[in-house]
Amino acid sequence: MSDNENPKPKHQRENEQPSNEFVRRVAEEKYKFGFTTDVHTEVIERGLNEDVVRLISQKKGEPQWLLDFRLEAFRYWQSQQQPSWGHLRLPDIDYQDISYYADPTVKKKEGPKTLDDIDPEVMKTFDKLGIPLEERLALSGTAVDAVMDSVSVKTTFKQRLSEQGIIFCSISEAVREHPELVHQYLGSVVPYRDNYFAALNSAVFSDGSFVYIPKNTRCPMELSTYFRINARNTGQFERTLIVCDEGSYVSYLEGCTAPMRDENQLHAAIVEIVVLDNAEVKYSTVQNWYPGDSEGRGGVLNLVTKRGHLRGVNSKLSWTQVETGSAVTWKYPSCVLSGDGSQAEFYSVAVTNNHQQADTGTKMIHLGRNTRSTIISKGISAGKSENSYRGLVRVGKHADGARNYSSCDSLLFGNQCGAHTFPYMDVQNSTAVVEHEATTSKINEDQLLYCNQRGISTEDAIGLIVNGYAKDVINKLPMEFAVEAQKLLQVSLEGTVG
Amino acid sequence: MNSAQQYIDLYASQRDLICHHSAPVMNAVRDAAMEQFQQRGFPSLKEERYRYTDVTKAFAPDYGVNLNRVQVPINPREVFRCDVPNLSTHLAYVVNDQPLFERDIPYVSSLRQACIDHPELVVKYYNKAATGLALLNTALAQDGLFVYVPKNQHMERPLQVLNLLRSGVDMMVNRRVLIVLEEGADATLLLCDHAMDRVLFLTTQVIEVFCADRSRLDLYELEETHTRCRRFSNLHVHVGSDCVVSHNSITLYNGLTRNTTDVVLDGERSEITLNGCVVADKRQHVDNNTLVDHRAPSCTSRQLYKYVVDEEAVGAFAGKMLVRKDAQKTDSKETNANLCAATTARIYTQPMLEIYADDVQCSHGSTVGVLDEQALFYMQQRGISADEARLLLKFAFVGQVIDSIRLEPLRERLHYLVEKRFRGELNKCTGCALCK
Repeated sequence: MSDNENPKPKHQRENEQPSNEFVRRVAEEKYKFGFTTDVHTEVIERGLNEDVVRLISQKKGEPQWLLDFRLEAFRYWQSQQQPSWGHLRLPDIDYQDISYYADPTVKKKEGPKTLDDIDPEVMKTFDKLGIPLEERLALSGTAVDAVMDSVSVKTTFKQRLSEQGIIFCSISEAVREHPELVHQYLGSVVPYRDNYFAALNSAVFSDGSFVYIPKNTRCPMELSTYFRINARNTGQFERTLIVCDEGSYVSYLEGCTAPMRDENQLHAAIVEIVVLDNAEVKYSTVQNWYPGDSEGRGGVLNLVTKRGHLRGVNSKLSWTQVETGSAVTWKYPSCVLSGDGSQAEFYSVAVTNNHQQADTGTKMIHLGRNTRSTIISKGISAGKSENSYRGLVRVGKHADGARNYSSCDSLLFGNQCGAHTFPYMDVQNSTAVVEHEATTSKINEDQLLYCNQRGISTEDAIGLIVNGYAKDVINKLPMEFAVEAQKLLQVSLEGTVG
Repeated sequence: MNSAQQYIDLYASQRDLICHHSAPVMNAVRDAAMEQFQQRGFPSLKEERYRYTDVTKAFAPDYGVNLNRVQVPINPREVFRCDVPNLSTHLAYVVNDQPLFERDIPYVSSLRQACIDHPELVVKYYNKAATGLALLNTALAQDGLFVYVPKNQHMERPLQVLNLLRSGVDMMVNRRVLIVLEEGADATLLLCDHAMDRVLFLTTQVIEVFCADRSRLDLYELEETHTRCRRFSNLHVHVGSDCVVSHNSITLYNGLTRNTTDVVLDGERSEITLNGCVVADKRQHVDNNTLVDHRAPSCTSRQLYKYVVDEEAVGAFAGKMLVRKDAQKTDSKETNANLCAATTARIYTQPMLEIYADDVQCSHGSTVGVLDEQALFYMQQRGISADEARLLLKFAFVGQVIDSIRLEPLRERLHYLVEKRFRGELNKCTGCALCK
């Protein structure tokens, strides 16, 4: 395992001042998941064309309908232009210079059956990340689907879950074993025509998680997916599909890391959630992809489409996200509230530092009667970063009694960064009540002084204040994620004072 | 033929005629503006600032343009009297796009006259902020109003400008206003839009305002036309330091209105207030789009827009506050509140913040809601009928905007007009030819 894959070109080193050297070291220390793993990985040739799409489909042994779906998506993608409306400076992405499939489990023909089948290096990677892959770590009580590069490495607790009829497996496995469910729901929430990156994902998606919770079942544990991009010059295009049947409940966690590399890595994922009558889904993300170094080199381009469809009466969906990583984040977890009495929530903390850029927010589309949605967004920008909230609240003609409350706050550190708010409201119903408020300010000097007076260093005081500021959101996270998220916030903002 | 082409062709064939009836300073910038317009065409619905108003469609019909400057035979006083009781004003008329003065008004002249009296000022300030639709106006406008208040002078009586639309055929009107306030000057302007005939009117209007340091300006715009009027107004305000500027835009009755307001705060410690009040029903369409650009430190901006939208009307508001890197200590607040009174009505609201400075206090709030049930109940308990109670609440809702008007007689007049509007009596005003 090589610990640092990120040597700088010589001429850059020579130009750096000693103080910069220190800063660089500190900056690199911060991202502790920046290691790479030397596993044998099968990577297909770079480039994207119909043959590549066919090859991916063939490698995964997919049925014809899925290949057709991929090809249609690919043809649509070809006819589209990369969107430019975000408040982002996206680097040019050469879609032909990316490998669309990397498989670290290639040694095994049928995919891992037991723990012994998995490459020990892969196991070590996930150990390092603190993912309890081994079932002897059952005490942690979380079922994990770990996805490295393009392939789901291991799903834990499958047995125990299946006793209750819960299906939790990789999406490729679901295609083989539950084709009727996948066929019914795949692309029904995010059709491939939805947007440019959704079309790309639909064409080349490699793996991801599939969750099905049968009727009237409360999932006994948190389900979790851990994504990791490892191989060089690959993109990760995972696809998650969660179906929560009538009267059921599931809480789902998602975490992500990537090694530190000089070039940008592309991550274009889709998450689809279907919530039926009286069901409830809680989806939490702690996104910590590699954000690039302090000069803005490298980092993951996180271009993600996430959407939940609240089809059922009184259904409930809650998105919670803590976004600290990625060089570019373009992500709008959305809810379509078509079931009468459905409720949706969006809680987000987005932190950007150095040269990071985030354009993130949500969409709440109210279609059913007496639907409710809440949006709480907290942006924190530091360094030379740009942090934007972009959100849409739409109330349809028939959405009588719809109610929305949105609150977006931004905190600024320094005058090199930007914090922006772009809310869109579109109301077509006379009984709807929609409220939006937003504020932008810097850290309250009085609060800092108060902490300093009591012997708390400025750095710690900022940590305290930021955690207090983000508390509304962090409280919504499951316990183990909340602790991680709090640490992440502090680490991400280290060195921003002064 | 696309709708931009007919204007390009018109310009190409009639350029000499347009120039002949205009002034050299205005002619000097025409070609460049037309060329730019030709390249860009009309802004499409995909453009962020024009998402809610279809410009191309509004410009598509074949309108007449009075390029020959034929005098429209009316005596405004006889046909119309937009009176504000107890307010003594200087009155100027703009019939379609031709200014008309009954007597000399201090500080005010036509743009063509200004090109003779103060050519250096017109050269300095004319067409300094033309973008988007203003380009077309620059290419076609032949005359306009010029308001110039020299250093430390004070406009004693407010200037009231009656913009009258009068034509027997569908007509396009290109209005232009240039307002220059020198250091320490003070002015109050009231612009009222009225339509006399029920033909299709298309108005493009560009108002350019330059406020030098320590000047003070109150600008009121009232639109009370009819459902066959399309109005595209571009207001550009450039503010120096220590100024106090306020703009009130009141749309009571219209067809399609798009008001673009761009403010540049270029000097320290200035204050800008943008207020708007919209009452819309039938198939009215009102789109207010504002951009307040904080370029200098310690400025204050306030925006308050209130809409009451009923029947099949569309109300749109998009406001952006841009705080640049050097604009520290900015204090900026934007509020947009809407009442959507019918399921067929539609409200879009988009309050935006774009902030690059850290020592600022910026906030915006936006609501779409219904009338307070409890308040309605309370009033009914006390013997006020449900209809009357609803009316009172609506009236109070927009009252907040009108109360911020500094001229007391105007404030009272507007309260009266708004109340009439809610009672469905507007456009039956006393004295105008239409309602007699």
